[in-house]
Amino acid sequence: MMQTVDLRGVSCPTNFVKAKLALEMIDTGEVVEFLLDDGEPVKNVPRSLKNEGHKLIGLSEVDGHYVLTIEKGEEL
Amino acid sequence: MNVADEKKTTAIDLGNLKAGGFIKERGKDLFTVRLRVPGGRMAVERLKRIAAVADKYGKGFVHLSVRQSVELININFKDFDAVVAELGESEQKVASCGARVRVPTACGGCEYNPNGLVDTQLSALTVDRELFGTPTHHHKFKVGFAGCPFDCPKSATNDVGFQGAIWPELHQDSCISCGLCAKSCTEGAIAMGDERKPLFTPEKCLYCGDCVKVCPTEAWQTVKKGYTVRIGGKWGRRPLVGTLFATFLPEEQVTEFIAAVLAWYGEKADGLGRIRLGDIIIREGAESLLAHLRERFPDSVVEATIPPQVIATQIGNGAQAL
Repeated sequence: MMQTVDLRGVSCPTNFVKAKLALEMIDTGEVVEFLLDDGEPVKNVPRSLKNEGHKLIGLSEVDGHYVLTIEKGEEL
Repeated sequence: MNVADEKKTTAIDLGNLKAGGFIKERGKDLFTVRLRVPGGRMAVERLKRIAAVADKYGKGFVHLSVRQSVELININFKDFDAVVAELGESEQKVASCGARVRVPTACGGCEYNPNGLVDTQLSALTVDRELFGTPTHHHKFKVGFAGCPFDCPKSATNDVGFQGAIWPELHQDSCISCGLCAKSCTEGAIAMGDERKPLFTPEKCLYCGDCVKVCPTEAWQTVKKGYTVRIGGKWGRRPLVGTLFATFLPEEQVTEFIAAVLAWYGEKADGLGRIRLGDIIIREGAESLLAHLRERFPDSVVEATIPPQVIATQIGNGAQAL
């Protein structure tokens, strides 16, 4: 079952750090969903996770927040 | 002490004064020594050496100037030679004042700042090495480098100001229609279209690259980068803001570009004494400088521009530039 990590209300860069740590806990190839606030969080976190080597599967707006779907990449 | 001894103790190498950077203070025999720190970048070892010299010869503090210099305060002129020697001539040079090209200012640029679009530190170092201290025969000449349109260094307040810029292009196949580019664009240059793909309005673009930075799939990419160049800025009693003369000037052409501006300045200011570049541009008309630069930089110079713009100080004579 796909994990969902709710990072709404978490400010930058703590949201990125939490997302990074959550990804460390799962296996390569596993998919996880992050809920992000509109504004700075959604502008920064997807790109930052991508730069960590993870794969962005989807990003869509739902009820004023964003759902970010990430597949864990190889350990860099 | 006889006269010969006195002469020996007060003899100084006047060659050190020639470049400028020694500024007379109120106190008897006291001077401020302005150090040359292009782009405000200071290695820790240099900082330690400066601190030691300031500690030994100054009065307990230094001043960080508005143009990123470190200024040694309350230095007795008898100590000039020792100060210059102990700073290490090859390591820490003294800056200039007067009618010369000054030390370039620069923000951190793209090195560590995720917002930075170009290497402003490299530009500042290069221009400092190649043009610092060049006499203009008329007035000071200030150059500044900003890494992006946030423009923390206020580039347009310089005689020649450089602002990092990129031109974005969309690769449709990589776009996942997340809409973040449209959301990030402060100028409304991107809007999500009917096909749920971004539509670009080029005329509104400020070249800030936020779309490229935010795109999670690299659908938006940088296809061109360089400097937006503004010329004719100055501050003081009658401030002017520099205006647009070139876009996407390649970083490698910066020194050549400034040299071309200096040549025009020298020629047009001939006989006019102590006058800043901005006032010369107003006097000659911007087209004169534009044409001069267009000949040498045809791919970057804009088609038309306006003269440097007066900033209303609302005090005294106010707006009259000349």
